[in-house]
Amino acid sequence: MGELKSVSLEPSESGFATTRLDALLNWARKWSLFKYPFVTACCGMEFMALTSPRFDGSARFGAEAPRFSPRQSDLLWVVGTISQRQAPVLRRIYEQMMEPKWVLAFGTCASCGGFYDNYTTVPGIDKIIPCDVYVPGCPPRPEAVIDGLMLLQDKIQRGDRKPGIVKPHEDPALVQLRRKENV
Amino acid sequence: MSQRVLEVLKEKFGSAIVETHSFLGDDTAVVDPKSWKAVCAFLKSDPQMAFDMMVDLCGVDYAGFASGPGGATREARFEVVLHLYSTSRRHRVRVKARVGDDEGDDAQLDSVTDVWPGVNWFEREAYDLLGITFLGHPDLRRILMYPEFTGHPLRKDYPANKTQPLVEYRTEAEAGLTLEKQAPFREDEGMPFGRRVWGVERGES
Amino acid sequence: MEPIDLDLEESELELPAEPMHLNMGPSHPAMHGTVRIVLELSGETIVKSDVQIGYLHRGFEKMCERGTWAQVFPYADRLNYVSPMLNNVGYALAVEKLCGIEVPDRCQWYRMALGELARMSDHLTCTGAMAMELGAFTPFLWYIKAREMVWDILEEETGARLTHSFGRIGGMAKPPTPAFKQMCREALPTILGLVEEGEGMLLKNRIFLDRLEGVGNISGEDAIALSWTGPCLRASGVPYDVRKAHPYLKYDEVEFDMPLGKNGDNLDRFLIRLQELRQSARIIQQVCDRMPDEGPVNVDDPRVVLPEKSEVYTTIEGTIQHFKLIMEGAKVPAGEVYSYTEGGNGELGFYLVSDGTGTPWRVRIRPPCFAITGGLSKLINGAMLSDIVPTFGSLNMIGGECDH
Repeated sequence: MGELKSVSLEPSESGFATTRLDALLNWARKWSLFKYPFVTACCGMEFMALTSPRFDGSARFGAEAPRFSPRQSDLLWVVGTISQRQAPVLRRIYEQMMEPKWVLAFGTCASCGGFYDNYTTVPGIDKIIPCDVYVPGCPPRPEAVIDGLMLLQDKIQRGDRKPGIVKPHEDPALVQLRRKENV
Repeated sequence: MSQRVLEVLKEKFGSAIVETHSFLGDDTAVVDPKSWKAVCAFLKSDPQMAFDMMVDLCGVDYAGFASGPGGATREARFEVVLHLYSTSRRHRVRVKARVGDDEGDDAQLDSVTDVWPGVNWFEREAYDLLGITFLGHPDLRRILMYPEFTGHPLRKDYPANKTQPLVEYRTEAEAGLTLEKQAPFREDEGMPFGRRVWGVERGES
Repeated sequence: MEPIDLDLEESELELPAEPMHLNMGPSHPAMHGTVRIVLELSGETIVKSDVQIGYLHRGFEKMCERGTWAQVFPYADRLNYVSPMLNNVGYALAVEKLCGIEVPDRCQWYRMALGELARMSDHLTCTGAMAMELGAFTPFLWYIKAREMVWDILEEETGARLTHSFGRIGGMAKPPTPAFKQMCREALPTILGLVEEGEGMLLKNRIFLDRLEGVGNISGEDAIALSWTGPCLRASGVPYDVRKAHPYLKYDEVEFDMPLGKNGDNLDRFLIRLQELRQSARIIQQVCDRMPDEGPVNVDDPRVVLPEKSEVYTTIEGTIQHFKLIMEGAKVPAGEVYSYTEGGNGELGFYLVSDGTGTPWRVRIRPPCFAITGGLSKLINGAMLSDIVPTFGSLNMIGGECDH
């Protein structure tokens, strides 16, 4: 749980915990993402699978409740191809969302246009709106999306507002294992 | 069975049936555009024909088409292809009309929305993507593309990747990263030999 | 007790009513993200409606004219993305018809089984989503669970959960895995059990029934006139199923029924899909009994089928054949063909025009959804505003297919 992890309290102990306010806020934000699913295309099928019990890919991360009003949501999932005709709609929805807000590009089409390099497809939503996390795949497997969601949580915790490419997620356990092997 | 359809059509309309063939079992009649509506109405209403279901209507752009049936002597650029099916008699027929000059300007055909109401959207689509005008259509608007779009994307002379964005793309400075898509291949790489190149005019987009 | 406004004239009681315009979609939770309906309302009654599509137009037909014939398969997958395998098979059959190829028996059975699995996935998604849009979330979760089981089989066979790109001209990418029949036999009873549970939950629910029954009626004649096909047409009582009327693959050798509706309302369309699920399961069971375990899957025709990898690496003929097929593409004889199969939503037609080269001149898809969505206006005009959601849900409009 990010920076709060270092603070541990025994149940019998009385006392107080200190943390930076922004770290606390970011911690709260990253575990209570309200999503706006902007579902257009094939990826929507994987999105359904992601939210269904087998993968349970959003409830476990505090991002279960979908809000179909941009005013109430802070994470915009762009799921599927955005055509030129759809672009103004997406732009308006993004602008209607309240700060702080994040955008997750679900699938190759949303990330870069995919193999629809043609007259009607927007080559990536970052041409229109800022985007925080790109999940590749056509459509991505739910595991990949969960990874993307965790990357976004990391980003929120860091307070990083820069749009762009996020480095691949490193599992701390794996890093430790690798260190041991090297030693 | 449906060979009979072609015979009846030839008998009834004579010279208005320009050409017939039954390639791969698909019975086809090419109709003079002037008699398009009359032929369609006949196919629908005649009890022997009873083509009550319009299966598909589409346009084909034959600009630059080299081979195939009737290739070299093609006087019209577009073909409007109509597929019909009869639910009672279970036979099918394909009816075609050739319209439009080389520039694609004069592509006009009578609308058959009175005959089959379901053809409405199909005609709109042919109008939208290929620019074939259907006279007498109740609501001839673009259907797949947006109203601001100019040109007809499925025509062979429309470059496949020429975009007409509705929303201005963000600049690199605004986005804080390079927005130019990194192509995995250079222009001449990864292209099969003999592939047509009209689709990839990158300079124009 | 007398009404207090007894002394008022009748006309004075009427509120001034001018039609209200309401925009529904494209980003409306029940509009699947790709449809916009502009409504003219009088109170809550729909006076006029204009259904606008094209929000997912991705230029399928233009993209097909750029690559080789085999490169159409990935695009075909993403047309009806709920049942990609049916599109694969439909397109493969169309090209094979133009080439004059008939695939081996084993491949025909295999295509049927995979296609029916895809149909099950389609109907499960449609019925589940329809229930969800009406507020019944649990059956949706159960149906998605059943769909995961279908996808598990498809993933084991093809390597991909959703977009398989598994069809090839003249066969399939791979022969069936040894465990295929076993997997089907094990999964089908569980899936049907889940379907039955969900059905039991929904069909005893007064709210669900009230919103479906007698809403969105369409007669058989009207449905034919609007070019409807598939489950939506059969719900109106018209016995037209491509698998029965013009059997392709081995559909004439298996037994299955064609469920028919009576009223053509939303409930009928919902029930037809559930019935077809069971028929699909029946077909798959028969395929499992009759599909040979040995034998070729691809036709023995080096002009269209890629050679074995071992041959490509060791023999000059194999290398050249592979090179020619990949770089130039399989040469398809000049001509035109219309081939039709039963897709998830009805007659899925491919009209191909070839000029004899390795690139298609024109690939036209006849999307069943396109015609069905074209008739949506007729269904909702005169109905209430809240009837749009169940009506639209029961049509199972798939954006990728409808907008090409």
